Amino acid sequence: MSPASSATSAVTIENLRVTFAGGAAPVRAVNNVSLRVTRGETVALIGESGSGKSVTLRSLLRLHPAKKTQMSGQIEVGGRDVMAMNASELAAFRGRVASMIFQEPLLALDPVYSVGDQIIESIQRHMKVSRSEAHARALKLFEQVRIPSPERRLAAYPHEMSGGMRQRVMIALALACEPELLLADEPTTALDATVQIQILLLLRELQSRLGLSIIFVTHDIGAAVEVADRIAVMYAGEIVEEADVRTLMRAPRHPYTQALLQSRAHGSLAKGTRLATIGGAPPDLANLPPGCAFAPRCVHVEPACREGSIAIAALGPTHQARCRRTHEIVWQHTAAAKA
Amino acid sequence: MILFILRRLLLAIPIMIGVAIVCFSLVHLAPGDPLVSVLPPDASADLQKQLRTLYGFDRSLPEQFFGWISRAVTGDLGTSIASSRSVTTEVMKAVKNTLILAAFATLIGFFFGSLFGFVAGYFRDTLVDKAASFISVMGVSVPHYWLGMVLVIIFSAQLGWLPATGMGAGGSAAWEWDWAHMKHLMLPAITMSVIPMGIISRTVRALVADILAQEFVVGLRAKGLRDFDVFRHVVKNVAPTALAVMGLQLGYLLGGSILIETVFAWPGTGFLLNSAIFQRDLPLLQGTILVLAIFFVLLNVLVDILQTTLDPRITRG
Repeated sequence: MSPASSATSAVTIENLRVTFAGGAAPVRAVNNVSLRVTRGETVALIGESGSGKSVTLRSLLRLHPAKKTQMSGQIEVGGRDVMAMNASELAAFRGRVASMIFQEPLLALDPVYSVGDQIIESIQRHMKVSRSEAHARALKLFEQVRIPSPERRLAAYPHEMSGGMRQRVMIALALACEPELLLADEPTTALDATVQIQILLLLRELQSRLGLSIIFVTHDIGAAVEVADRIAVMYAGEIVEEADVRTLMRAPRHPYTQALLQSRAHGSLAKGTRLATIGGAPPDLANLPPGCAFAPRCVHVEPACREGSIAIAALGPTHQARCRRTHEIVWQHTAAAKA
Repeated sequence: MILFILRRLLLAIPIMIGVAIVCFSLVHLAPGDPLVSVLPPDASADLQKQLRTLYGFDRSLPEQFFGWISRAVTGDLGTSIASSRSVTTEVMKAVKNTLILAAFATLIGFFFGSLFGFVAGYFRDTLVDKAASFISVMGVSVPHYWLGMVLVIIFSAQLGWLPATGMGAGGSAAWEWDWAHMKHLMLPAITMSVIPMGIISRTVRALVADILAQEFVVGLRAKGLRDFDVFRHVVKNVAPTALAVMGLQLGYLLGGSILIETVFAWPGTGFLLNSAIFQRDLPLLQGTILVLAIFFVLLNVLVDILQTTLDPRITRG
């Protein structure tokens, strides 16, 4: 990876592998993931539970327990080599250059500190400001994420707030030190539908206003379409298909992506129609089959799919997929084509 | 806040009444004639009857109870049969001595218990953890009168560094803040501290391990906090429960130190209870138990208040 390319890209991940040791067999959670995010771009990582999307996201801050995790490959954020950082460089990087929004803010916030104190702590950790300046900044952040009566809410504890308010606090906390990159780990999964939309709209608005790059992990394709410019589909620790939102929704080429789109419930689905599902279960990451990991569940599988690894193939300027048969497989799902 | 404290204190009153009934009944259920220690073996039936009337033992139990409790609320716990001194004075003197011993023991135990607990919780399943766990299990399981005697053998008999028994020079029975009294305090306090040390260390270890496994610790590190800042958060999360355990331990030590006070001849409540039991000194016995129980209840209220102040999740209902 040349330094020139990192000038325009906010994030460059090259051949990232993450393996968790400690169990009976090592779990290969992320296998050879490469991903680029340019400045101001929002990329969604979608996939089932255990597909490695959250692990990839957390790798960007190197949040995995060092003792039990083996990481290899390259990660650059804003031109900084994350893999080469020592403990204090890493601590200065986290929250300042890249920050994270967690899925369940009630669990991700310290229960015995007020939310204001937690934001002020973060600001004072990274910026040389007095406590009163940090407090003023926290107040401004609360207004920015549209928390009503912000002054009063700063003194509240996480358990005293509603789920939507807590997620706004989480977003304010993540934005506290003006990061370049926002990592959102299923930020709307724990919220109810109407609040989900509000949070997604807020994220999109903040993204365009602050010029943030966002990596957004979700298993909700609807949410991904709502906020993302580009979508990367993950399966068994690999990116199996990557394209801009429009292309991916209209012409998905990987059988897994196609199956995912077919399994969505649509408004147009007639009553009594069976919802398409993907047969079988995701593979055991401690015991991955050779060849394509999706082969056992794939409707287009042929014997050659089960042998040797499959390279990712470019299908267009912004479109690539990891499948031997992309050129033969045609997408014919009418409902999805309408989306 | 003041309202909350008042409410807790009011709620403690029915508990104290219950405690008074229980301790009165228990003492009177126990076999043995309370007058046996003061009556000469050849006392006439007349003298016996006279003494019985004097102490009120001839009346029915409910009568005796109400007489005792109505005097107790005014601060008068009766007169000791064996020494003919006021029970209130005796008990208060002893409680003060025990409180000093128990407080020191709890402080020592809390300090080392938290230290071992944090180290073990942070370095789980390492050699350090095993060593700290071994010490705390020893603390809970070693009989403390045995440990007390071993310490006396080493530090008093062999090395001659510390006095073996008593509270101060020349059998002093009133505590003073001087070096001689501190030296007398050392061995019993250390002996007594191993119990809370073991329990607090096990509690803190479990709490730390539990907190470190929680998502918010990842959240704190994702904010860029360094290990020391994260540690501060862990401490604040552990504190409410650890302090509650410490308060309860202090309560147990107040009453449960009979063996240690006997080994070291410490003139506290344990010592007092011991002699009261052997002399069937019912007024002294029930007075001591009542005062200890009240201290225990008050300590619980204090722990409650402390925990509510420290942990925002507990509401002041």
